[in-house]
Amino acid sequence: MPTETLPEHIVKSYDEDLRHLRDMTARMGGLAERQVADATRALVRRDTELATEVVQRDAQIDALEREIESFCVRLIALRQPMAQDLRVIIAAMKASNDLERIGDYARNAAKRAIVLASLPAIGSLAGFERMAQLVQENLKAAMDAFVTDDAEAARAVWEADEPVDAIYNGIFRELLTFMMEDPRNITAATHMLFIAKNLERIGDHTTNIAERIYYAVRGDTLPEERPKADQSAYAVVRPAGE
Amino acid sequence: MSLSLTAGAVPGPRKDPSVAAALGRRRKRVNLIVKVLCVAATLIGLAFLASILVTLTYRGFEAMSLRVFTHVTAAPGSDGGLLNAIVGSLIQATLGTMIGTPIGMLVGTYLAEYARGSKLGNLVRFVSDILLSAPSILIGLFVYTIIVLPMGGFSGWAGVVALAIIVIPVVVRTTEDMLTLIPNTLREAVMGLGAPKWKMIVFVCWKSARAGIITGVLLAVARVAGETAPLLFTSLGNNTWSTDLMKPMSSLPVTIYAFAASPFEDWIALAWAGALLITLGVLGLNILARTLLRNRT
Amino acid sequence: MSTTTDTQAAATQGFGGVQARSEAVLNAPRIAIRNLDFFYGDNRALKAIDFDIPDRQVTGMIGPSGCGKSTLLRVLNRMYSLYPGQRATGEAMLDGMNIVAPDCDLNALRAKVGMVFQKPTPFPMTIYENIAFGVRLHEKLSKAQMDERVEWALTRAAIWEEVKDRLDTSALGLSGGQQQRLCIARTIAVRPEVILFDEPTSALDPISTLKIEELIDELKRDFTIVIVTHNMQQAARCADQVAFFYLGELIEVAPAAQMFTAPKHAKTQEYITGRFG
Repeated sequence: MPTETLPEHIVKSYDEDLRHLRDMTARMGGLAERQVADATRALVRRDTELATEVVQRDAQIDALEREIESFCVRLIALRQPMAQDLRVIIAAMKASNDLERIGDYARNAAKRAIVLASLPAIGSLAGFERMAQLVQENLKAAMDAFVTDDAEAARAVWEADEPVDAIYNGIFRELLTFMMEDPRNITAATHMLFIAKNLERIGDHTTNIAERIYYAVRGDTLPEERPKADQSAYAVVRPAGE
Repeated sequence: MSLSLTAGAVPGPRKDPSVAAALGRRRKRVNLIVKVLCVAATLIGLAFLASILVTLTYRGFEAMSLRVFTHVTAAPGSDGGLLNAIVGSLIQATLGTMIGTPIGMLVGTYLAEYARGSKLGNLVRFVSDILLSAPSILIGLFVYTIIVLPMGGFSGWAGVVALAIIVIPVVVRTTEDMLTLIPNTLREAVMGLGAPKWKMIVFVCWKSARAGIITGVLLAVARVAGETAPLLFTSLGNNTWSTDLMKPMSSLPVTIYAFAASPFEDWIALAWAGALLITLGVLGLNILARTLLRNRT
Repeated sequence: MSTTTDTQAAATQGFGGVQARSEAVLNAPRIAIRNLDFFYGDNRALKAIDFDIPDRQVTGMIGPSGCGKSTLLRVLNRMYSLYPGQRATGEAMLDGMNIVAPDCDLNALRAKVGMVFQKPTPFPMTIYENIAFGVRLHEKLSKAQMDERVEWALTRAAIWEEVKDRLDTSALGLSGGQQQRLCIARTIAVRPEVILFDEPTSALDPISTLKIEELIDELKRDFTIVIVTHNMQQAARCADQVAFFYLGELIEVAPAAQMFTAPKHAKTQEYITGRFG
């Protein structure tokens, strides 16, 4: 495969541009990671201050996305990239898009954490912590794979989303039970459900990024079907009385 | 495979302005000396040429009159002209060119289109170049041996053949040069359409080189118009009116040669007039050739 | 809640789309090259070349200078036979005849395989005669038929409108871009099956270049086209199939979209991304 260490470009500044692009994308990935971590921490610790910080910090991610996108457009226009260079640039552009969505989900989770802090706690948040941790690990692994051109690491990330889906299913069931037990739980449980959904979506976007990295490095795509464990879409729960 | 374009610091000590100034003065001095030498040499050369041209024009125009063109050469003191010499020169130069040109063109075409880089081609080119620079009296003697002696006398035809032999190498050279100038891609373009080679040469190569080849022919005409030596041994010269190519035939250069060396005033004057005519003719042909070449580019 | 899977599918398609185009179907081969070697004297300039040139599509040949791409082009119409000391061995089959066989009828071959050169090569004749010259070599046409053929060729080469009022003026008076289109017209007037382009736009300005590229795209409906180019973007824009040559060897041949997004061979990758060459 052509990807292991390629020699440098004849035009040196082109290499610098590509390095700059990777740096920016890695920085954006790091920022998104931190947003996810802080949003979850704010939820678990009922820390409204931290949650507010997360909401405000999202603007940075949005700004980075615009910067990466315009830089990619510039590279395409000025360098006419081909082959792997082209794939890397496109991957960075699309990954920045995914990272921006991840930022949005984290912000949304933080907003809901603020609301939840004013409501009585229900159930355990261990599932959320576990899910956030998995998602963060994947995101970090994905960004590492991007910086090191590691297709196999990207593939591992892509396959590692299954447990996230499994935990999400568990939380979904648990919260449904809470709601059936006592309608007063519905507000809090609905917010928590959305947070769980957000985390699950973050996991999905992370696999998107992994796919893009895989394509950027190898030049071919991963199979269409990804291992999945999210069955909540088919879930039907009937009240005990029926 | 990566090359470093980043240069290090400029090597050597800083430039000393006084050294640079001294170098500059020296350069100017040498430049001046060379320039003066070149101009002086040019002036010397031009001075001789100008003296020849001025004398020729002055003496030539003095002797020029309508009689020169209407009367044949006659005995000294009997008011002759140069009509037979002019016509003789025209006939011999024209026929010589008409015979020499096709032969020269075909040889030149052979060298440029068929024999590029071949041993035979190189040999032919070498021989042709020698012929180009051979003393023309040798050609006169050659024709004297192969035509005049067997035919038992001097004749116009012998003069024509001698001039043709002089024309051939000139035309060979220009034809080959002009054909070599044609880019190979043009040849490939013709062959690429599926054309046979002879069509390529006739319809495209010769056509492209036409102006150049015509120029070469004109220069050849200019050259033979002034030839004396080969004609002395071949057409000899004739003091009466004759257009019979089987008999000796008059020509301007030979007449000039004979008249100029004579002790008679009027003959010498006619020689100047003839010399001016040839010079003007050659000048005209050269100007025509140059114009053709310029139009080509 | 099925949105997850929908977005997922859409996301994969974004990349799947690129992949799908790169799997573009190539037509049946028009010229089949097998085990072709080429020699300039003792110097082996092409080494065991094997590939197919698809019918009525554009095959681009790229590679650094001296890689053999132009040499291969000149094999396909036996242009090399003009020069002593150049020879080819192996097979290049066109319509059941081996182009490199010694008994191949060159004039007939060149009527089938036309060529357009790097520099425009108008003949020193009128515009009309430039076109008619090639046609007369192979066909006997009446004056009316010839007029029709000349107009057809000039129209196909997208130059008719520009020259129709001065067909009897010298072709040397046209601009570079027009001369090149005239040469293309001259080539298609013979109605070949294959047209070879040897860096046809390297001497032209960008607008004339685009006109020629548009023309090539249009011509491939009727002609099989092979183009040698130094301009990678040009190969990307014009070609359906691209072949990469290096040091006389065919390193990789693939559909253009695949070649320029995901080449298989490391050398190809390095060359097209500007890392050597």
